[in-house]
Amino acid sequence: MTGPAFARLLRGALPALSLALLLGAIFYLQPRTMSYFGLNLLLNLAVPIALATVAQMLILTVNDLDLSIGSYVSLTACIAATWLRDTPLLGLLALGGGVLAYGALGALIHLRNLPSIVVTLGMSFVWLGLAILVLPTPGGKAPDIVRALMTWKPPYVPFPIIACVVIAALAHVALMRSPYGAVLRGAGGNPRAVARAGWSLLRVKVTMYMAAGFVGALAGIALVGLTTSADANIALRYTLLSIAGAILGGSEFVGGRVSPIGAVIGAITLTLAASFLSFLRLNPDFQIGAQGAILILVLALRALIGRAEKDR
Amino acid sequence: MSLQEVDSGPAPALAPAAVSLAGVEKRFGAVTALAGVSLAVPKGACVGLVGHNGAGKSTLMNVLAGTLAPDTGSVAITGRDVTAGYAIATARENGVRCIFQEGSLCPNLTVAENARIEHPSLTGFSWRTDAGRLIRQKLDEIFPGHGIRPGAMVADLSIARRQMVEIARAFTVTASPVDVVILDEPTSSLDQTIAEQLLAHIRRFVEAGGSAIFISHLLGEVLEISDRVVVMRDGKVVAERPARDFDRDGLVAAMGSVAAAASAAPAASRRTAAPRVDIDAGRGSTVRLTAHTGEIVGLAGLAGHGQTDALLTVFDGGGAGDRVEGAVAFIAGDRQTDGAFPLWSIAENLGISSLGALRRGRLISTAAEDALAARWRERIGIRTPDVWNPLLSLSGGNQQKVLFARALASDADIILMDDPMRGVDVGTKQEVYKILREEADKGRTFLWYTTEMDELLICDHVYVFRDRMIVADLARADLTEEAVIQASFRHDA
Repeated sequence: MTGPAFARLLRGALPALSLALLLGAIFYLQPRTMSYFGLNLLLNLAVPIALATVAQMLILTVNDLDLSIGSYVSLTACIAATWLRDTPLLGLLALGGGVLAYGALGALIHLRNLPSIVVTLGMSFVWLGLAILVLPTPGGKAPDIVRALMTWKPPYVPFPIIACVVIAALAHVALMRSPYGAVLRGAGGNPRAVARAGWSLLRVKVTMYMAAGFVGALAGIALVGLTTSADANIALRYTLLSIAGAILGGSEFVGGRVSPIGAVIGAITLTLAASFLSFLRLNPDFQIGAQGAILILVLALRALIGRAEKDR
Repeated sequence: MSLQEVDSGPAPALAPAAVSLAGVEKRFGAVTALAGVSLAVPKGACVGLVGHNGAGKSTLMNVLAGTLAPDTGSVAITGRDVTAGYAIATARENGVRCIFQEGSLCPNLTVAENARIEHPSLTGFSWRTDAGRLIRQKLDEIFPGHGIRPGAMVADLSIARRQMVEIARAFTVTASPVDVVILDEPTSSLDQTIAEQLLAHIRRFVEAGGSAIFISHLLGEVLEISDRVVVMRDGKVVAERPARDFDRDGLVAAMGSVAAAASAAPAASRRTAAPRVDIDAGRGSTVRLTAHTGEIVGLAGLAGHGQTDALLTVFDGGGAGDRVEGAVAFIAGDRQTDGAFPLWSIAENLGISSLGALRRGRLISTAAEDALAARWRERIGIRTPDVWNPLLSLSGGNQQKVLFARALASDADIILMDDPMRGVDVGTKQEVYKILREEADKGRTFLWYTTEMDELLICDHVYVFRDRMIVADLARADLTEEAVIQASFRHDA
C-alpha cells in the first residue's frame, strides 16, 4: 500500500530536489549569486518562462500539446510593446482576441477530433505572421506600469521569487483544489467517465485553451516588462522550453497527470541550468546540448522511479 | 417451445414502472443491436438481465443511461415519456445511475475527487471534505471494512477496490435522487465476500423502494438477487418471468437457440497425424489446445476469458513444451487499432504480409502487388473498381475482407482469427466461411476465436474458455449451443 504512494511522493519531490541541487551548485561555483541582487538577476527571466510553462501544462492536462505557445507569447509581447502602450484599449482588445482565438482552437480540436499538434503547429506560423505585422522591426516599448512591476524591488525577497510563488499558488488552487479543476483533470484521465457523469467535454477543452491563452498573454507582457522592447522572434524557444519545463516538473503527456507547482519549478530549473553552464565557463556552443543532457538526466531518474512505482 | 414465449402478463406493480422501454431499436451499420426491446422495471424490484455475448445487454443499458440514443422506441420514467432529448443529464436528473462494465473512474484523481465528478452540486470551500465524507459513508454502508481512504489516488487501488468505489459512488445522493441503479457485471472483479455485501446492499436498496437492473454472467447471482429475470438474445427479449420460475438450466436453455442441431454432416476427423499446434492455453488448463492440418478450430466462451491470449501464445510460437509448426498469420478483430493501415491503398494493405513474394530484386514490384490484389479481389469479392483506391473507400465488411485476404495471400500455414467477423454483414460472412473451408481443405489450419454460435458450427473442433482456462473440449459431433453455453457459465454460480 505504501509502495506506490512513496514512489509518488519521491517523484513529486524530484523537481524540487533537482532545483535545490542546481541552486546549490550555482552558489558553490559563484557565491556572489547568494544575494538579493544575485538571485534577482538569476531568476528574472524565469517569470515569463514559468507563465508559458503553466500555459503549456494546462494544455497537457487535457492530453493535448501546444506547439504554438512560443510564437503566441512573441505576438502578445509585440502587442504589449506597441498597442497596449500607445492605445491601451486596442491592446487589451487584441489580447482578449488572442484568448478567444485559443478558445476557438480548443473547440475546433475537440469538435473535429483533430490532433492538437498539427493545429497548433499551423497556428504557430499564424501567430508569428501576426507578430511581424504588429511589429515589423524589433522595437516598441514596454508599458510603464508593466516595466515598473517587473523591476520592482520589494524588501527582503526578490520579486521573481514572489512572482513564481504567486503563479504556482494560483495555478495550484485553480487546477488542483477547485471543484471544477477536478473535472478538468478528470477529462485528461478518463474523458469518457467525465462525459458519462454529464459534463461537457467541449466546455472543458475551451476552458483549458482559453486559460492557456490568458496565461500565455501574461507571459508575453511579463517578458516585455523585462526586455523593455519586443521583437517577433523574441520567445520562439519558449515552445520547447515550456514542454520541457512542464515534463521536468512532473507532468505527463497523457493521462491528466499534471503539477502546477512542479511546472513552475521546472521552468526555474531550466532557467538556472543556462546560468549554471555559463558559470562552468562552458563554451556557449555546447550550452544547448548540455541543457538537454540535464533534462535527460532528470527524466531518466523519473523513469526509474516510475518503474519502481509499477513494480511495487 | 414454451421458453421462447415472452410472459406478457402485466407485472404486479401498482404504481407505474420506475423506468420502462417500449419497442426500442438500435442499429450500428449493418448490425442490429436491439431489435424492438420492451422492458419495464417496477418500483422496489430488481430485474436480472442475462444473455450471451452480443445479445444487446450493454446497448440496452447505454440507452437507459442516455449515452446512446435509440433509433426508434420510447423511454419512460415513472410513467412519463422522456424519449425526446433523453440524454445523460436527463437520466441523472431522473435518478437513473449506471455502473458500467469498463471502469468509469479517472485514475489520475483521488477517490473523493472522483465522487465530485459525479456530483456537480458539491462545490464550496470544503468540497473535498464533503466529497470524501460522502463516498466514505457509502463505502462503509455497502462494504464494511473496505479499507479505502477517500484521499487515495484511484490509480493506486486494486481493480476490486476501484470497482467498490464505482459502485458506492453510484449510490451516493446529493442534489438528484437515486431511484434506478443499473449494474453491468458489477461483481466480475469482486471476491465472494465483497460480492455478497453488494448483493445484500442491492436487496436493501430495493426493499427501500429503489429499482435495480442487474446484468451478470453469474447466473446463480442473478437468480438470487432478482425478482424478475429477463433473457435477451440477438437484440430481443426472449423470456421474462419471475426469478423463482427459472432455474439455472432454464436460463441457459432460454439463452441459446433451441433449434441448434442444424449442423452439417461432421467431416471425418482430421486428428490422425501429429498436431500442428499444441499449446498449454492458460494456467491450470488440464486440456491442451491442439490443432491439426486442415482443421478449423474454434475458441469459444464469453468475451475476454483468455481466448485472445491463447491466440497470441500461438503467434509468439508458444512457450516451453509447446509446439507451433509453420508460418503464422493473424487476422485482427479490432480493425482500427490492430489491423488496417488506414492511409494505405487496398493493394498495399493486402500485400503487406507477402512482401517477400512481391519482391523483384531489392524493391517491391508494383506489378506483382497489383496482380496479387487483383487475384484476391476476384477470389474473396472485394467490391472496388480499383485496388489502388484507399482502404477507407471500402465499407467495413469489405475492409475486413482485405484483412482476410492479407492473411490468406501470405504463405502462412496457421491462421489465427481474433473474432474478426464482429459487425460484418451476413452476406460477407457467408462468402468468407466458404473460403475458410476451401483453404482448410487445402491444408491450412485455422484457430478462430469467435463469440457467435453460427461460426462455431463451422468449426471442426471447439474449445470453450472460462476464467482463462479451457473448460470444455468439444469434437464436432458433441458440439451443441447448449454445451457451449453450459461450459461458459460457472456451475457454482
